[in-house]
Amino acid sequence: MLKRLFLASVVSWLQVASAVTVVDDRQVAVTLSQAPKRIVTLLPSLAETVCVLGACSRLVGTDKHANWPASVKALPKLGGLDDTQLEALVRLKPDVVLLAKSARIIHRLEALGIAVVALEPQTYNDVERVLRTVAVLLQLPDAQGQADVVWQSIQQQVNRAKTQMPVRALNASVYLEASTGGYAAGEASFIGDIMRQLGLNNIVPISMGAFPQLNPEFVVRANPQLIVLAQPMVRQLSQRPGWSGVDAIKHHRVCALAASQADMLVRPGPRLGEAAQLISDCVKRSFAS
Amino acid sequence: MKPPYALTVSLIVLSFVLLCMGLMTGSLGWEWQLDWQDPIVQDIRLPRSVGAWLAGALLGLAGALSQGLFRNPLADPYLLGSASGASLGVAIALALGLWGAVESAQLSQAMQWWFRLGLTGMAFIGAWVAVLLTLLLARGVEQTLRLLLAGVVVGVVLGAVTSLVNLAFPQTLPAMQSFLLGNTSMLSDQACVLMAGVLVLCLCVSWWLSPLLDGLRLGESTAQSLGLRVAPLRVALLAVMGLATATAVAQTGLVAFVGLVAPHLVRSRVNGRTAPLLVLSALMGGVLLATADILARALWAPQELPVGVLTGVLGGGYLLWRLHSPPMKAMSS
Repeated sequence: MLKRLFLASVVSWLQVASAVTVVDDRQVAVTLSQAPKRIVTLLPSLAETVCVLGACSRLVGTDKHANWPASVKALPKLGGLDDTQLEALVRLKPDVVLLAKSARIIHRLEALGIAVVALEPQTYNDVERVLRTVAVLLQLPDAQGQADVVWQSIQQQVNRAKTQMPVRALNASVYLEASTGGYAAGEASFIGDIMRQLGLNNIVPISMGAFPQLNPEFVVRANPQLIVLAQPMVRQLSQRPGWSGVDAIKHHRVCALAASQADMLVRPGPRLGEAAQLISDCVKRSFAS
Repeated sequence: MKPPYALTVSLIVLSFVLLCMGLMTGSLGWEWQLDWQDPIVQDIRLPRSVGAWLAGALLGLAGALSQGLFRNPLADPYLLGSASGASLGVAIALALGLWGAVESAQLSQAMQWWFRLGLTGMAFIGAWVAVLLTLLLARGVEQTLRLLLAGVVVGVVLGAVTSLVNLAFPQTLPAMQSFLLGNTSMLSDQACVLMAGVLVLCLCVSWWLSPLLDGLRLGESTAQSLGLRVAPLRVALLAVMGLATATAVAQTGLVAFVGLVAPHLVRSRVNGRTAPLLVLSALMGGVLLATADILARALWAPQELPVGVLTGVLGGGYLLWRLHSPPMKAMSS
């Protein structure tokens, strides 16, 4: 029985030799009969992934947040994951739409007969997985080879950033503030992933989730040696009650990232090498004095 | 009628017990050993526990004033649009902060000023602007219904603008949510001094003006015939209510339900003149928010639960229980 099923699938694969099937993050197998020439992405990191694989010219539209590389800024903006402009999207006649699992528009698009691939990179390892899936989907001449090249260059960047970390900062404890209101970025988050790659110790363990809302006392007690602020509004940490004694604040080891830089740190995409470099640079500066 | 000494004393005692419990509840949960020299206890837990009580007291007082002024048991401190005004202020501050960080290289003098003002200042200003707008739209304070409707209009319109700002800057959403649900975690010494000052001022003024509320209970025309100058007294009490609400909201965000439920809890035990009711509502509000603050820290330490969620559950639950207990049933039928 199984053998017959296997033979049947091989025969059907031979019949549509140029077709490609990928299994997306919903565990749905999506088959494209030919290489997609018109692509819409609804997640900034997916636009970045398509472009880094050299297929930027195939993009015909993106979500409103996509801003890298510069060429995608000129493409039609189709709203976000929750307020996608369906009509404008359909009018672009895409061969495939790349989006997140949580996109509300998935079922409407499928009903309209538009191919949908849901990919939701959330961790360091997801970036590689999504990169390889997109390479296959694009039907690049040497999909795995090209994905390898991109992934290796990302890893090289991360390794370089790691070797540039000052010795004193290795295993330093770090508190990452994701936004005001006491939301931390824990070891389970993407930015936490990068910090771990660089050899920093997050004070918020994986067990507490990706972005827990903390009692500020927890941070003071953990007494981090370094503070990274992913949200620029947060200033004057020393004025928070009881925080002036925190090691990182006493020694001015606070990295406040600008909004344009924060993009890199919250998007699990091909720029994670740059993101690692960014943090490494900041750590170098703050541990210099 | 005999002044409600028993309730007053028990609320004050309860407040002190809660303060002590607040000092012993930390990021590791409950701690029996209390070290006074510990900077964490002095700099974080003390202002936080006192601040939560003070903010609750301000909201309780504002709620009692609101229910008295509008002669409506469903009235709360946010009735005149101060909540939506404060939200808009915070949304703008967060959005500007984001925008300012992008342009930080050429941060102008005016922008520097914005940053110093911060979330607290913007929330306070927003709340006041909304209340003034409501008074302006209602063309004065004479008609209760017009005031209420103007408050609704201001609330809805400013709420819509806030949503628009949030949609344009989705990165600010977590911070915004934290404000909307109330947050007592960052209260400082200065915030406590400020709230204590405002609370004393508001209590004194409203005690002094409380005969108006007594008169209003008998109807507007009766109050007038009693020789009360209704319009100016009303403006003064609305100002007190606005000040108390704006101060509390600016420091702790939109804490739900305390202002609505505290006067009810008091009224179910005390009848008679309004003046003691105001003071007791303040005490009750303080006790409610202090309890919620302790639970917010302790239930899921070291993570925090939004304090507004707990006030909603606590206050709502108690009100429901009161509603189905015999004396209240008799009152509502």
